[in-house]
Amino acid sequence: MLHPITTVHYLILSAALLLIGTLGVLARRNIVIILMSIELILNAVNINLIAFSRYFQQVTGQIFAIFVITVAVAEAAVGLGILIAMFRNKETVLADEIDLLKW
Amino acid sequence: MTDTIFFYVFALLTLGGAVLTITRRSAVHSAMWLIVALAGVAGLYLLQKAEFLFAVQIVLYVGGIMLLFLFVIMLVNLDQAARVRQFNQQWWLALASALAVGGVVLYFIRKGAGAFQLASPPVSSPVMEGNTERIADVLFSQYLLPFEIASVLLLVAVVGSVVMAKKRI
Repeated sequence: MLHPITTVHYLILSAALLLIGTLGVLARRNIVIILMSIELILNAVNINLIAFSRYFQQVTGQIFAIFVITVAVAEAAVGLGILIAMFRNKETVLADEIDLLKW
Repeated sequence: MTDTIFFYVFALLTLGGAVLTITRRSAVHSAMWLIVALAGVAGLYLLQKAEFLFAVQIVLYVGGIMLLFLFVIMLVNLDQAARVRQFNQQWWLALASALAVGGVVLYFIRKGAGAFQLASPPVSSPVMEGNTERIADVLFSQYLLPFEIASVLLLVAVVGSVVMAKKRI
């Protein structure tokens, strides 16, 4: 009944995590949770990279996962800095209340 | 056999934590569930014999990024935001498009699983032993220039976040 885990299992898991993250980015109003959803999306990418690294028996995928984590750290730092600046100016953390560019 | 059980445990932690992250009302609860999801992803790295990335995931994500998130949640007043509607008005459109993309991706994974023979279980070989040493070998020889560029990116991010969060420049 318990069959061995293959690369396809990891691909499906990664796709599901990516879609949950995308849903969070598109549907939530709170910017803090939108930033958390971006972290979920980047983790889904990393699961894919690690699964293919195991499949092809090369560590290149793990190296790229390290670079993805680096970019995720930079993105979180700058994004939260922007969030603090925006909260200081507009007193809101809701994405649909920041509508200066809306026609 | 044990690998299968552990995969499903970690997959449940990851997906359950992710779903709870995007549905909780309080941002602190979301951050806690995100920690659960990230720890589940770390367990999946361990199952895939990526021990170095397992450590990096725990130290950097759970220890570093989540600490940053919790600090910002405490700096920014989120009480107002927790009382109002949590999803925007196009949430049904977002759900429908996410499900449609998920259907397409699943369809192509199922088709590609046969074409590329991805369905065969990965064999363990001595090539993957000594994970950290092998990563260091490849990172500091073949990928040295991207590694240095990553350090410049981190410097830019540090300066940029300080400038963004400063009151007056």
